[in-house]
Amino acid sequence: MNMLVAEQFLNGIQFGISLFLMSAGLTLIFGIMGVINLAHGSLYMIGAYAAALVAAKTGSVLLALIAGLAGAGVAGLLLEVLVINRLYDRDHLDQVLATFALILIINETATILVGRQPLFVAMPPLFSGSVTLLPGLVYPVYRLVVIGVGLVVGAGLYFLINRTRVGMLVRAGATSREMVRALGVDIKALYTLVFGLGAVLAGLAGAMAGPVLSVQVGMGEQILILAFVVVVIGGVGSVRGAFYGALLAGLIDTLARAFLPGLLRHVMNGSNADALGSGLSSMGVYLLMAVVLLVKPRGLFVKS
Amino acid sequence: MTEQPVDFAATKPVNSPTGASAPVKVTLGLVVAALLVALPYLARGLGHDSFVGLVTQVLIYGIAALSLNLILGYGGMISFGHGAFFGVGAYVVAILYFHHADDSAFLDLVPGTDNLLITLPAAMLVAGILAAVIGAFSLRTGGVQFIMITLAFAQMLYFLFVSLKTYGGDDGLMMRRRDVLPFVDIWGDQTFYYLCLVAAAFWLGLTALIVRSRFGFVLSGLRQNEKRLAAFGFSPYPYKLAAFVIAGMGAGLAGALMVNYLRFASPDMLHWTKSGELMMMVILGGTGTLFGPLLGAAAIVLLEAVLTAQTEHWQLPLGIILLAVVLFSRGGLAALFRQLGLGRP
Repeated sequence: MNMLVAEQFLNGIQFGISLFLMSAGLTLIFGIMGVINLAHGSLYMIGAYAAALVAAKTGSVLLALIAGLAGAGVAGLLLEVLVINRLYDRDHLDQVLATFALILIINETATILVGRQPLFVAMPPLFSGSVTLLPGLVYPVYRLVVIGVGLVVGAGLYFLINRTRVGMLVRAGATSREMVRALGVDIKALYTLVFGLGAVLAGLAGAMAGPVLSVQVGMGEQILILAFVVVVIGGVGSVRGAFYGALLAGLIDTLARAFLPGLLRHVMNGSNADALGSGLSSMGVYLLMAVVLLVKPRGLFVKS
Repeated sequence: MTEQPVDFAATKPVNSPTGASAPVKVTLGLVVAALLVALPYLARGLGHDSFVGLVTQVLIYGIAALSLNLILGYGGMISFGHGAFFGVGAYVVAILYFHHADDSAFLDLVPGTDNLLITLPAAMLVAGILAAVIGAFSLRTGGVQFIMITLAFAQMLYFLFVSLKTYGGDDGLMMRRRDVLPFVDIWGDQTFYYLCLVAAAFWLGLTALIVRSRFGFVLSGLRQNEKRLAAFGFSPYPYKLAAFVIAGMGAGLAGALMVNYLRFASPDMLHWTKSGELMMMVILGGTGTLFGPLLGAAAIVLLEAVLTAQTEHWQLPLGIILLAVVLFSRGGLAALFRQLGLGRP
């Protein structure tokens, strides 16, 4: 039983890492440009598709990863130049609606190009095995790799944001956009850079999700809403907040999903317990967010 | 303290009761009203009976969009969870019908019914209570946090209904027949259309009264400058909460009508894309205008109907049109009509 808990705990961390890669970009884009970008989930999907298609063609993990990052990055830059940069001065309502329209456009285009059938991506042979972490705890290598990559990226982001000049501008931009602009920083270049970085991170999350989930239209929106929840929990503009918020949300979601139906079975019959359990565990993350917002209306990691 | 604490010139586009072209407006209004009343006969005459159903949907979504516009357009509260109240209104009616057909009781306490005179108010009441609870929490935040927390509450309700196996869960809940009214048979699509027309007219009239009342002016003032209103001695919270509850009840009414029209309630009615669609209607029609939401609802419903008839991939052109509207137009269809000299100056 304990090993089962440990395994689900690792699954929760792995899901949290994916959420972190999504929400890190989202929180930067929101914190610095003030744009609510619902189309961020579409970048995740584009990354997943690019990686899946290249993996199927070439069989190379490295090429697939590069395709995922590049696909999402290029798509992100295109979006920024064509649509998003017109939204910087608009209110949140216009941003929500314009990017909502982008979701419709990108999802339908993806349906036309690749169809409605989900793609299944083969596990890279290098990582397809399992390792024994503890006696009785056998865990897939691939998921460990995902966790590792996420932690490395997290550390890299930490270094970038806290130790470099660009990072200093990013932090300054998240605190006071107007002041950074007034100081003569090329804010447009910074915007494009941050948006591109966010897109590449979303692409990375999407590319790595391929072998774990199935790649299909609409996959972006499932994670997008959760990533927004993470951003709000952690505090808008805070990458550190996104990291802890994502791990918290990933753990709560995964653990509730794994154990709630079992607990409910003690009080009701099997299929009802499963349905109610899965519903309640889907609600868990949103409940967490509601509680956090009521206690700290601006998020956990933002000083009010 | 004055009755109208905000600069009147600033509120004029929103609250101005009359425009320069009042005769044109009255004539236009009468023509539209007459067309709507005569619609079932016109549609039959032209051999397009299905058009009645389409306009019924326009009216129902129109009520939902009108209610959203009260908080979004007039009150400046960007709620991304309005679909929740729409869906809950629908489920209240469907669940009452389910227990009526089953001869059982909700939670073994509330007996079911198929009397529309009970189910409609019940749907509005439940949606209103829910809006009071959600609003009480959500309105403690603002800005993007408000958008996200309303979305979060709506998603919670979505997953709640998905997980309720008794009431169909994922598959939704069917109603074998529509609810009944004493003396009037709404089983026919034509009478049901008139019911929706009356409901939409009622809600439009109510909205007009609200936005031109003292309450409406305060609400509008809160959108423009909350600090200034607070300095005048208005406490924002109760006004916003009251508007939020009224909006929730309107969406509940729309949901209750929609489930009667479709004879089907599904979790999709609470999904965040439905909330997005309602926002689209408000924006497309024109935020903070009285008739805008109805225009927006008509545009979206008719556009979807036309596009789905043309192509399986109708969301692509819909998305492009919506994107263009958001990027290149300000003020939506209502502004367009205004520029054509048909609305307010």
